[in-house]
Amino acid sequence: MTQAKPSAPPGTPGPAANGAATRRPAPRAGAPSEQQDTVSQEPVRPDAPRPTHVDPEPATGARSLVRSLESVGCDVVFGIPGGAILPAYDPLFDSTLVRHILVRHEQGAGHAATGYAQATGRVGVCIATSGPGATNLVTPLADAMLDSVPVVAITGQVGRKLIGTDAFQEADICGITMPITKHNMLVTDPADIPRAIAEAFHIASTGRPGPVLVDLPKDVLQAQTTFSWPVETRLPGYRPTTRPHSKQIAAAARLVREARRPVLYVGGGVIKAEASTELLDLADETGAPVVTTLMARGAFPDGHRQNLGMPGMHGTVAAVAAMQKSDLLIALGARFDDRVTGDLSTFAPDAKIIHADVDPAEIGKNRPADVPIVGDAREVITELTGALRSGESDREERHERLRPWWEQLEGWRTTFPLGYDDPPDGTLSPEYVIERIGAIAGPDAIYAAGVGQHQMWAAQFIRYEKPRTWLNSGGAGTMGYGVPAAMGAKVGMPDTTVWCVDGDGCFQMTNQELATCAIEGIPIKVAVINNGNLGMVRQWQTLFYEERYSNTELGTHKHRVPDFVMLAQALGCEGLRCESKDDVDRVIEQAMAIDDRPVVIDFTVGADAQVWPMVAAGTGNDQIMAARDIRPLFDDPETGGADEVPA
Amino acid sequence: MTTTHTLSVLVEDKPGVLARISGLFSRRGYNIQSLAVGPTEEEGISRMTICVTVDDFPLEQVTKQLNKLVHVIKIVELEPTTSVQRELVMMKIRADASVRSQVLEVTQMFRAKVVDVSPEAVTVEATGTEDKLNALRRMLEPYGIREVVQSGMVALSRGPRSIAAHHR
Repeated sequence: MTQAKPSAPPGTPGPAANGAATRRPAPRAGAPSEQQDTVSQEPVRPDAPRPTHVDPEPATGARSLVRSLESVGCDVVFGIPGGAILPAYDPLFDSTLVRHILVRHEQGAGHAATGYAQATGRVGVCIATSGPGATNLVTPLADAMLDSVPVVAITGQVGRKLIGTDAFQEADICGITMPITKHNMLVTDPADIPRAIAEAFHIASTGRPGPVLVDLPKDVLQAQTTFSWPVETRLPGYRPTTRPHSKQIAAAARLVREARRPVLYVGGGVIKAEASTELLDLADETGAPVVTTLMARGAFPDGHRQNLGMPGMHGTVAAVAAMQKSDLLIALGARFDDRVTGDLSTFAPDAKIIHADVDPAEIGKNRPADVPIVGDAREVITELTGALRSGESDREERHERLRPWWEQLEGWRTTFPLGYDDPPDGTLSPEYVIERIGAIAGPDAIYAAGVGQHQMWAAQFIRYEKPRTWLNSGGAGTMGYGVPAAMGAKVGMPDTTVWCVDGDGCFQMTNQELATCAIEGIPIKVAVINNGNLGMVRQWQTLFYEERYSNTELGTHKHRVPDFVMLAQALGCEGLRCESKDDVDRVIEQAMAIDDRPVVIDFTVGADAQVWPMVAAGTGNDQIMAARDIRPLFDDPETGGADEVPA
Repeated sequence: MTTTHTLSVLVEDKPGVLARISGLFSRRGYNIQSLAVGPTEEEGISRMTICVTVDDFPLEQVTKQLNKLVHVIKIVELEPTTSVQRELVMMKIRADASVRSQVLEVTQMFRAKVVDVSPEAVTVEATGTEDKLNALRRMLEPYGIREVVQSGMVALSRGPRSIAAHHR
């Protein structure tokens, strides 16, 4: 029936394409498993060889779907069954190549697929039924769209004859997700299923990655059809440009050679393109400082001397100042987001711009580029490094020329390092907790965060040395992203420690997935940075709304509702609590020692800690405050910005 | 400064493609003046002619965003001087026996056609550029226009070349 062929089908983003072995945990022996208690499900063997060539064979649409997922290299799907998608769940029950993880809410399935994809580089897959099942995927799809994450969502749809009749559990999910997916498709012919799946994976994982939704009517899944593999994709309008134009590379190299204050502005595209190694070479060749955006933390080692940290609203003073004073920004897979640039009209006023991105629509969208380069970040970086090496000026000459620039940069870096004070009221410092988690779990662990203060502190105070170790919702700012994303990451990287640094607000949005983690044997560790409030909103109320705390107190301190330790236990996890600085290391180490079930730690921290530095929304980056009322003076180049003045 | 641009867009003839394109314009705040869709010389490929009023700078952003749609194959901006642009209009004119001959005279001057006639009205069909159709309309207005329907503009570049030739 099947025979091995040497080449993978076209457009197949299989595990081999990412250079990483497929590994995946089955439900642990110790963990309770509903599925193993029921009949005849064979254990999933993700490492088993996958068919690369299948001659046409009769199959239902549903079986064709499962066979397609197997053939395209999918090893795990996160989902919840329901009426319209039910036919697909029957052959899925028999699959030994695709593991299904039953989540508790479809939003969890979507973020888990995203976390899986961000941690592994492979396509994450989620599956939901029609109507509310599908609409529950809307938030994670929008999230994956804004962060360019390769995700494929498979949704059931009502039968073809019922479409458009307001049938039970009908939603026009293709219409709904049109603006928040890279592409979507309603499959109306069962014969098209393998091609739809192949195209979905191809589109999701190539060019600028993004989410693709495949909507499958129930009767299409039930119909008799034939399955064969590989299939020919038909995408005449989809041809991403990955090879940069040599003329543009030469023009970019010229600007780099002339620059006296260059900055490598590194975005998430560098991680997506697996270009970290190449970036080290480019940084070395240019001698330029590197800033890594929120989406690019880990793309360049924090321990590297040239790394100035994160730019943007809560970036380091050195990173923000470097961009403001730069004469050449070399943007690599970054998109001049408003959280990075602040007020665009005053952003990096003296800088020429080299803007390299695989998505041509990003180039010049917010800031005109002097040298636009359309291409894959890895290819661009490799070629730019090559062009610099073969050019007239040599590495030492360039480094020597940047010496005054580095003196200025070091001034900012030493005068305004990232830091925090212990709260004067004696409460536990949230920054300290997060810093210690990073120090104890180390650079090999994966860290996922929710959205808010804890996210910013996790971006600032954990040192990231490797790509794909920092997962967060950067573009959409989706509260509740953390727990399910950590779950997905752990499924994709079972041998890696996965921490979720969450807030008490975020945690209450998606913590039901801890039940999934407990049942399915996914031992993640969750640090709830519990300050009793929607902390980031409260910070803005402190700064901009005269300390009028409208609806930001959650009662997780005052009433201890919920009690996170008891909640954790109820969800099948270990529940720990830490309230004093002396206990922090011990409790983190206790959590690190537990590997047979998920762990939740309620770190009860002070409510008044704030995220600094900060560029207030709508203001220019020159207005950055290193701490409240402490504004570095950038106006006088002689001082190198080392003065402090009250704002 | 705002100007009107004419975009010729080759798309795959797939369900929802019109919604994708019109949605993209509305999401980014661009106003479509007219839009015409029809089949092309190639099966499965449709051609849209979209007239849109935008500033010069964001038009590039529109075409780039359009190009990202998987079903969009090619986009060309057609300049008025190097392309032929046509619209079609049908107008129902109040015209009884006393003025019918005057209406017909105007119709003939514009090389328009009468496509329906009844004791109280004639229906006139005309094709041409926007300017010509506006002129015709001004001439017929005094008689009383009961109903007007106008197509979106369609346009083709002048000369022997085809925008479709190299899309595959």
